[in-house]
Amino acid sequence: MTAAIEVNAVQKHFGNVSIIRDLNLSVAKGERHAIIGPNGAGKSTTFNLISGHLKPSSGEIRLNGGVISGLRPFEINRRGLSRSFQVTNVFARMTVWENVRCAVLWATGHRYAFWKNVDHLPEVKQRTAEILDDIHLSHRRDVPAGLLTYAEQRELEIGITIAGGANVIMLDEPTAGMSHAETERAVALIRRLTEGRTLVIVEHDMSVVFGLADRISVLVYGHIIASGTPEEIRANPKVREAYLGEEGH
Amino acid sequence: MLELIVISTLNGVLFGMLLFLLSSGLTVIFSMMGVLNFAHASFYMLGAFFGYQLTKWIGFWPALVLAPLLVGAVGMAVERYGLRNTHKHGHVAELLLTFGLAFAIEEIVSMIWGKSPMDYRIPAALDFPAFTVFSTNYPAYKIFMLVVSVAIFVALLIVLKRTRVGLIVQAALTHPSMVGHLGHNVGRVFMVVFGVGSALAGLAGVIAGPSLVTQSDMAGLLGPILFVVIVFGGLGSLPGAFIASLLIGLIQTFAVALNGSLASAFGPLDPSLGPSVLTDIWNVTIAQIAPILPYVLLVLILIFRPMGLLGTRET
Amino acid sequence: MSDAATTTSDMPKEQSGSSARFYSIWLIAAIALIVLPLIFSSGGSLTSFSLIGIAIIFALSYNILLGQTGLLSFGHAVHYGLGGFIAVHAMNAVANYNWPLPLPFIPLIGGIGGVAFAILVGWVMTKRAGTVFAMISLGIGELVASSSLILRSMFGGEAGITTDRTALPHMFGWTFGPQLQVYYLIAFWVMISAIAMYALTRTPLGRICNAVRDNPERVEFIGYDPHVVRYLAYGFAGFFAGIAGGLAAINFEIANSAYLGATQSGLVLFAAFIGGAAYFFGPILGAILVTYLQLGLTNLTTVWQLYFGIIFIGIVMFAPGGIAGLLMMHRPLIRAGSLGMVIPSYLMAAIPTLALALGVILSIETVARYTASEGEGNIINLLGIPFNATAPVTWIVAALLVVGGFLVARLTWRRVAEAWDRAATVARDRGYLA
Repeated sequence: MTAAIEVNAVQKHFGNVSIIRDLNLSVAKGERHAIIGPNGAGKSTTFNLISGHLKPSSGEIRLNGGVISGLRPFEINRRGLSRSFQVTNVFARMTVWENVRCAVLWATGHRYAFWKNVDHLPEVKQRTAEILDDIHLSHRRDVPAGLLTYAEQRELEIGITIAGGANVIMLDEPTAGMSHAETERAVALIRRLTEGRTLVIVEHDMSVVFGLADRISVLVYGHIIASGTPEEIRANPKVREAYLGEEGH
Repeated sequence: MLELIVISTLNGVLFGMLLFLLSSGLTVIFSMMGVLNFAHASFYMLGAFFGYQLTKWIGFWPALVLAPLLVGAVGMAVERYGLRNTHKHGHVAELLLTFGLAFAIEEIVSMIWGKSPMDYRIPAALDFPAFTVFSTNYPAYKIFMLVVSVAIFVALLIVLKRTRVGLIVQAALTHPSMVGHLGHNVGRVFMVVFGVGSALAGLAGVIAGPSLVTQSDMAGLLGPILFVVIVFGGLGSLPGAFIASLLIGLIQTFAVALNGSLASAFGPLDPSLGPSVLTDIWNVTIAQIAPILPYVLLVLILIFRPMGLLGTRET
Repeated sequence: MSDAATTTSDMPKEQSGSSARFYSIWLIAAIALIVLPLIFSSGGSLTSFSLIGIAIIFALSYNILLGQTGLLSFGHAVHYGLGGFIAVHAMNAVANYNWPLPLPFIPLIGGIGGVAFAILVGWVMTKRAGTVFAMISLGIGELVASSSLILRSMFGGEAGITTDRTALPHMFGWTFGPQLQVYYLIAFWVMISAIAMYALTRTPLGRICNAVRDNPERVEFIGYDPHVVRYLAYGFAGFFAGIAGGLAAINFEIANSAYLGATQSGLVLFAAFIGGAAYFFGPILGAILVTYLQLGLTNLTTVWQLYFGIIFIGIVMFAPGGIAGLLMMHRPLIRAGSLGMVIPSYLMAAIPTLALALGVILSIETVARYTASEGEGNIINLLGIPFNATAPVTWIVAALLVVGGFLVARLTWRRVAEAWDRAATVARDRGYLA
């Protein structure tokens, strides 16, 4: 069985600075995979490389067996990979409803259509309403996204990410800056929404990581030093030394 | 022919240096503040008109110093009371503000000085032929213009390489996002940079005024070429702006000097199509297409190298 | 409109009610267009209405770029002008070869001319948005405007190319000689184009245009190529600008290089922005105002363009949402019933602001008359009071109005802001403001 995401010997340097050195990563289909590592380890860069935001300097990335390294973000998205952003990245002047609906349009096959009334597309309307229900924002549907609270914007960010129905979802620190209660809610939301899909998540909150992930990869200085189940990672001395040990203080 | 080449090269370099006086300020302002100052050419025009008026009142040499300072003050006021208040509405609003300013300045100038060319004369002290190339007398004033532009160029280089402000500007050119971390006096740095940029444009106006035409449409004619220069050179790149300034200066000067057309080059092959777009193209002289050459260059660079000659930035 | 009005039409429960209201707005507009020349039937007003109609289509087409897609163009008149030239050539060809093409279809040919050029240059132009696009649009505009003076057989040089609109096959017995018939032709196209452009905002493409405007980076991660979106928007903008140009060619029976110049591009930017780019109806207001000012001010003052510049700068600095933005700001207050709280402060601010405006006008006119070498004399007539531009008292009055007006206005506008805060709080408490 082919892996959902397969990263082979990927390098990325900006000028003379190597951010990612020989990155290898494999995420099986249907798996919930967390990437952890200290600040500046290259987690966001890894996300940007996989989602097409950055091009690898060398190496190869595959999505469901097909090569995607070097493709533009929208081409990768159309092949079934969708990502969220660490810094909230929504359509600020559009309403919550419109934000989600825009994310539904390509997947429902309406693409650049300029001959259809967007309000008269039943499947778009239904799917948008479902997703708004899922992210608990139905009551805020007509509020411009820029006026939502921070936690609501984070939920909308997740909503936009899953709206296209991609089978691989990548979430970049979805609970960053949330209170404890908000985090719990968000984790439940993520668990439910990614049911039956592949999830890759970058997260700092260890309770989230160990509660959610089937497998964990530890990234240190642009290199994966360990990959395994939460138990294996907990027990791994290299990880304890490089990363988890730091959690102590 | 050799005569034409020598004279046109001199004139082209001169025009190019003038363009660089303008495009350098525009580039630095753009890199630091993210604002494309649409009114930059208007400051050049203000320089020419202030220079003309002050020359009439107090003579050319005091005007040469005073007019750029005045223009710089206008520029600083624009930054302080206009752009700084518009900043919160985003870069498009700032661009629109300078666009409106350019429009208003042109109208104010033509309201005060009228729409016809000014009688802005070369100062008597410089009104003699500097040397003779073949049969053409090359005016001393043009040499003076060249000397001033080169002197400013060298001075800028020294300021950029040797002073604190220069280092800040350099940092801003390579890392535009860093500008926000300059500290609490960032507003004053912006105002000074904007003022200096405007003053340089004003100086270009003062010295170009007597040699070129001082008229209320001079900003509208030069402005678009200026934007071609900085896009062609690569937004935010000073060396790029320098090369593009010289290149466009030379190309335009040579094009104006050349009188050839397809018809004169291939006369016997005249397709004689009757009046049509093709015969227009057949008969047009190179001098006639000189005004459109910069824009043709712009389109070409966009197709083949969208970042510009030495540009590194996407936006 | 994209933001505020869409929300209501999205709601299933309100759909029937809001769509009835929606259609009635268009119906009222259509009736107004039909009735208008019957009420104001003088030749002058017919000409004005015709020009306003053309300006409305042009400004709406511009707003596909600025308001809908976030593209600031300084060269939109290129498509307007080329549409006009294509239309003139088409009219002359139809007349010469006796083709069976009646005049009312000519604007469509103008539109095709506009979109053809947009397809040709748009792909390169829309690679990037923001400042770079703005400069490129300026460059392309200059390129076409300068080329038009070289390619004389196509553009007719300085003089332009003339045509005779009555030489085309007639339709319903209309010759289109009288201005009234031309007006109705323009009104017809205004309705068609406005409906089409509004409908465009309601399509998947129209919605994605808004998304590209707000956040082009994010659009790439929901499956769309922002370059393609911008390119398509640019094509539509070019098409409707071409229709406007074709109508202008019919109206004036001439096309010349001024059609595609920088001034024309600047005017349409003024219209769209002053009217308010964030709302669909904003550019309509802007087109009406700008055309009206243009026609009215040219008779009153020689420096009317300066007033345009000042109004524009004022809007950019103090009301970046334009007139439509200012109007729509008050909607939640009206609904919440707290509008009354701000009205008194408005009235108070109006007096010094008006004094300031009069002072500025008097200063400008005084300088204009004082420096003009020739002209109609030194007497300025302001509100029926004659002022002599050379008299010191005029200068003093002007200075007093400007300085005094400014100082007092600043105080009163602070009061307005305070009243606004209170009224907005009320509206927020009552749930009419997010």
